Amino acid sequence: MTSSQLFNIVTVSYFSSMVLFVVYLATRSKGVSLGANIVAYIGFLAHTAAIGLRWYESYQLPGNVGHAPLSNLYESVVFFAWTILLIYILLDFKYKQRAVGAFVIPFAFFAMIWAQLQLNSAMEPLVPALQSNWLTYHVITCFLGYAAFAVACGVSIMYLIKVGKEEQSPDGSPVGGILSLFPSTRILDDINYKAIMIGFPLLTLGIVTGAAWANYAWGTYWSWDPKETWSLIVWFIYAAFLHARFTRGWVGRRAAWLSIIGFAATIFCYLGVNLVLSGLHSYGG
Amino acid sequence: MNVKKRSLATATWDFFCSLKLTIATLILLAITSIIGTVIQQNKSPEEYLQVYSESTYQILDTLKFFDMYHSWWFLSLLGIFSLNLISCSVKRFPRVWKTVHEPVLVADDALFRTLSNVDEHLVSGSMDDLQGRLGTFLSDGFAAPVVTRVGETVHLFSQKGRYARFGVYVTHLSILIIFAGAILGSLFGYKAYVNIEEGKATDKVWPRGGEAPIELGFSVRCDEFSVSYYDGTSRPREFKSLLTVLEGGKPVSEALTERPVIVNSPLTYKGITFYQSSYGPTGDPVFSFKVRNRASGETAELSVKQGQRLDLPGGGAFRVADFTPSFQTFGPAARIEVFPAAGERRSFVVLQAHPEFDAQRGGDYIFSMVDYKQRYYTGLQVAKDPGVWVVWLGCAMMVIGSMVAFFMSHRRIWVTLQPVGKKTGIKLGGTAHRNQPAFEIFFDELKKKLKTEIAS
Repeated sequence: MTSSQLFNIVTVSYFSSMVLFVVYLATRSKGVSLGANIVAYIGFLAHTAAIGLRWYESYQLPGNVGHAPLSNLYESVVFFAWTILLIYILLDFKYKQRAVGAFVIPFAFFAMIWAQLQLNSAMEPLVPALQSNWLTYHVITCFLGYAAFAVACGVSIMYLIKVGKEEQSPDGSPVGGILSLFPSTRILDDINYKAIMIGFPLLTLGIVTGAAWANYAWGTYWSWDPKETWSLIVWFIYAAFLHARFTRGWVGRRAAWLSIIGFAATIFCYLGVNLVLSGLHSYGG
Repeated sequence: MNVKKRSLATATWDFFCSLKLTIATLILLAITSIIGTVIQQNKSPEEYLQVYSESTYQILDTLKFFDMYHSWWFLSLLGIFSLNLISCSVKRFPRVWKTVHEPVLVADDALFRTLSNVDEHLVSGSMDDLQGRLGTFLSDGFAAPVVTRVGETVHLFSQKGRYARFGVYVTHLSILIIFAGAILGSLFGYKAYVNIEEGKATDKVWPRGGEAPIELGFSVRCDEFSVSYYDGTSRPREFKSLLTVLEGGKPVSEALTERPVIVNSPLTYKGITFYQSSYGPTGDPVFSFKVRNRASGETAELSVKQGQRLDLPGGGAFRVADFTPSFQTFGPAARIEVFPAAGERRSFVVLQAHPEFDAQRGGDYIFSMVDYKQRYYTGLQVAKDPGVWVVWLGCAMMVIGSMVAFFMSHRRIWVTLQPVGKKTGIKLGGTAHRNQPAFEIFFDELKKKLKTEIAS
């Protein structure tokens, strides 16, 4: 069993889980939702094993080129999918709201399918700039943050859908159909907030470890590089979100929008900067 | 006149204390920061004029978009942000300090009405007995209470995690500390670079922006520079300089003599740090070849500089026209041009890793490259930043402060004992300033335990 075979199994698992969650929304069958969850959890275990195996395989290559699998675009996308599942599982333990799976697992699946079909999975030896333990700390904290923001985004989309329907339905009667499976808007708003409460300190740590590494490697902890600047833009947006909770007129819908815009900025920071703009981080992606 | 002045001052204060200003400033900072990522910063006018028309260039330059993060308007935005931060904290901090250090020990009916977690019992038993048992109950299940007697009523008050209320203020202060560190660094520090040839030393570095060189106050000598590649590839594995720090011509310490400096492992001396950044060849490489006469079998060892034409023993001449330290997967390779005494010039490649490679060419001479010596210069980034530790302190405070603010909660519980006829009325109430759902669960458990406690 190679790591690439395992990654294929992972992709299939997340696909099946995603499909089962959609079926759950249609049929409202608890059994289906349990199946969807089980498949997602199995996928996560396989995913963990696959990443570990890839790490091990890099050390088996000749020439002493072994390194943690966090060094190129393929490895980072695969790791991102793993962190999304991790945050989903944590929130699933806490809230047990299965409908959320239908809006979070797709992010992980699309990441895996993009990685497996389009990205170069070759194991490359590290250039001198990446040969540092800071790589591990910086990448892990950043991606855990990104994953939390992905979950917050998924839940915010659910919130806007449900709030929209509730306003249309006559006299506050509960909405039927698929939306009755959704958690209440109060809970959705709460999960949104909790996810960002997890993501924000992680993003802060990600930015700080990045700055510390830059200072160690290049002598400057902040150079307004596009990647650094965009991570700060993401930080500003979520800081605005956190303060919006205490401000009249900024709770509810506007908070959900801030969460979605924040995640769009996160994706631009992660991928857009590397693929569209120029700067020091073109190899880091 | 007086009334107008006061309300202007009050209006200004209120403006800076508002959370709406916070949200607006954060969003503005986010949006304006995007500009500097799509317009390249700090390039030369010529480079900009290649991309933008003359008039566009003038507009963008006036708006300071080419160095926007140091522009007056961006720094003003950061200034407003800081003022907002300070005003909000100054306004709200005194009340929080009071809540933490002067807790409400006595819970009256008004307070109980504000609490969402309450419980009431009517039990038989003496006040003193119940006071003791409830005191123990609270100590075991939560925290040791403070007892206050007001007339006939006994009040018990316990709290946990009161310092969690300061988490927010630590986080906000950390931002100001980071700004202070950055200002210190830009006022009292510098960023520079220097190239040092192998074997040479320097006591000056050149700051970015091309001003006059900065005296270090000591010398740095590059004893050696080397590049190593991943086996069988032209991918660099490591750039390494061996640096020695000298004062008065003598190395300053054992540790700073021939100290290896690689990317991610810089050298620091007297607050100035040297980072491995780049390198390049200086001067022509010198090659040593073994040349074997195919006919006679005689060999000669020849040393030649790149481009230098050298006579071959037995007639003709040769020179090294080109060289690369990493030719595909074959390692160092030289392109040689031979000028035979009679006949045309011939050109071919010799590989250091394969000394007999040239034999298959069938020429009069067989060339083997024994070695080559290339002098390099090492390119170092040099930085002095007295504010950097202030920035790290701020970062640590921010991480810890935000975790305290999010994940720790100030929880308070009040118990009131009141004589009601021959019995005693017990009132229990609690509140948490964060994470109320978790506290509700805890309080429900406490209510159950209280029921069993007073039943016994």
